[in-house]
Amino acid sequence: MSGRLADNITYFARALREAGMRLGPGSVLDAVAALDVAAPQTKTDFYWVLHTVFVKKHEDSGLFEQAFAIFFRRRAFIDKLIATMSPRAPSKPDDPDRKPEAGALRVAEALLPKAKNDEPPEEEKQELSARLTISDREILQSRDFAQMTAAEILKAKQLIDRMVLPDDRVRARRFVPVNKGGVIDPRRTLRNSLRAGGAVIDLAFRDHSQRHPPIVALCDISGSMAEYAPLFLHFLHALTDKRRRVETFLFGTRLTNVTRSLRKRDPDEALALCGAQVEDWSGGTRIGASLHRFNRDWSRRVLGQGAVVLLFTDGLERDDLDSLKAEMGRLHRSSRRLVWVNPLLRFGGFEAKAQGIRTMLPLVDDFRPIHSLAAMADLVKALSEEPSRRHDPKTWLKLAG
Amino acid sequence: MIRAVPASIDDTQTQLSQTGYVADRALATVVYLALKMGRPLLLEGEAGVGKTEIAKSLATMLGRKLIRMQCYEGLDVASAVYEWNYAGQMMAIRLAEVEGSTDRARLESDLFSSRFLIKRPLLQALEPDTQGPPVLLIDELDRTDEAFEAFLLEILSDYQVSVPEFGTVKAEHPPIVIVTSNRTREIHDALKRRCLYHWVDYPDAERELAILKAKAPQAPEALTRQIVGFVQALRKQDLFKVPGVAEALDWASALVELDAVALDPKLVSDTLGVLLKYQDDIQKMQGSDIAKMLSEIGKG
Repeated sequence: MSGRLADNITYFARALREAGMRLGPGSVLDAVAALDVAAPQTKTDFYWVLHTVFVKKHEDSGLFEQAFAIFFRRRAFIDKLIATMSPRAPSKPDDPDRKPEAGALRVAEALLPKAKNDEPPEEEKQELSARLTISDREILQSRDFAQMTAAEILKAKQLIDRMVLPDDRVRARRFVPVNKGGVIDPRRTLRNSLRAGGAVIDLAFRDHSQRHPPIVALCDISGSMAEYAPLFLHFLHALTDKRRRVETFLFGTRLTNVTRSLRKRDPDEALALCGAQVEDWSGGTRIGASLHRFNRDWSRRVLGQGAVVLLFTDGLERDDLDSLKAEMGRLHRSSRRLVWVNPLLRFGGFEAKAQGIRTMLPLVDDFRPIHSLAAMADLVKALSEEPSRRHDPKTWLKLAG
Repeated sequence: MIRAVPASIDDTQTQLSQTGYVADRALATVVYLALKMGRPLLLEGEAGVGKTEIAKSLATMLGRKLIRMQCYEGLDVASAVYEWNYAGQMMAIRLAEVEGSTDRARLESDLFSSRFLIKRPLLQALEPDTQGPPVLLIDELDRTDEAFEAFLLEILSDYQVSVPEFGTVKAEHPPIVIVTSNRTREIHDALKRRCLYHWVDYPDAERELAILKAKAPQAPEALTRQIVGFVQALRKQDLFKVPGVAEALDWASALVELDAVALDPKLVSDTLGVLLKYQDDIQKMQGSDIAKMLSEIGKG
């Protein structure tokens, strides 16, 4: 097997990894072995051989297609592949007129930085691994989402995808077998002891299982939240991907349920679908009215089984404060825990002066910032633990006097 | 002698009304299809619109046994399908010891025989019955968790369960399955796919009148009309929970108990708690002009 072919497969695999596919070093070996066995003669065959090895999830298929097209585009396939070839990608994406497909952005992101220079593979390797260095990450962690450049937002999104997600668990009513503790499990006890002949009765135990409580996110997408909403949605997408029951609602002047859209595995596709579903993006906001709709039409459907509610809004409501209070009260009473995440908290001197904020604060369990990756990570940690004093909403009211 | 299923949609509607259930055309259609096609019927709707009642009426109508399984969080195989009588088994082991019996194989087959098997609703529903396959009501499925739903999926597709020590029980004739849900969470698509679906809505005035006449015949005709009119008007208000048919029936019997012959604003205001179960709603209605609502009903 030609060394260059193996190299190229390695680079191709690395590009796929950068674009978000999960590939281990084993799959590169598999791919080389597969090419060896199959000895494809046409581009189609070559494509499908690599596809077989690399694509493990249907959602990745589109990503793979894009990456393949870009990576192997310029070459008349087999001859040049075996001949000289540096792992460089074309300088522009496939077809500028075509609407970018799902994942296209990330594929381009993963491949294009390499296209800027025609450096030898050794240096390129360095560049790839240096794309997210430790210091890079540290700066990104504390940077306000609103001040990020487009490139930084892309990186932040990658970091969100890799974020450790909340591992909060509540006791369920269902029993599971355990080795220690709990109560005697008669069914297993009898079955086990009979297997051994019934001479000794060996006690087996069972205890309550643990499960994630459902999460319901109510996300304000009005103009004042425009810089923060997309990243928060990205975070919710990652959460929806990992946990079974996450329901997401967007509201500005009206309430939209985007749970189904967020279930799409590809984040770009999911967010694009959300955008298409919503009519009041970056418009005004009517928090009270939106909460009223939620309470009436959805709360009974999604707040069962001890749901945690994430309310993402700046709380700047001018309309009807009485109804806002009533609706917040109802929401608070019908959720296990109501966490208000507010990007305004980023300011050191934040004071709960605005009327809307003063109305809502006494009715939430937790009040947190959400303006940077670090704040997001804090939120994750907070969801995993019991509420702390620092984020007790009452302290903010006291501060404001 | 097994009573036959209805021959047409009209027949279904008539037979159901004979048991006291006033079904609209859409519901009669879906019930007829469920019976004909042998598919489970998934009924969703607000609380108190008569979802559970359909199963009961069907059982009466077809003269079948009704097996009801109330779902709750943590419902498991032991309480849904079968359980062994452990105390009895322990006793049998102890007796065998005292008798000095050494035949282990026999003891084992004795212990796991139907004598010690406690049958729960799902297993009962799969057993043959002299009156024909029973009506299995799986009530409020949304209260249980996804794990149980997945298990149910298996039963609803094959109509069989296996008890490891005992063998597989398969229904010769599948039961008539009615699943209800209050939508406190979404039922998984995979389960929905296997069922015929029907959203049970609040009845219109005409049907509600028929229901009240059938279920609360003791109320005078004029009062019944007023009750229906007021409840229908109430459903148009912006309330957190509007009254269902069950509440309307409760109200009718409450008013009969109070010897009322006609509605007046004070009577309505005093008995609102029968219709509305949320303080905000009651407050809102008491603040509004009940007299005006009543006079509008009188006109209509």
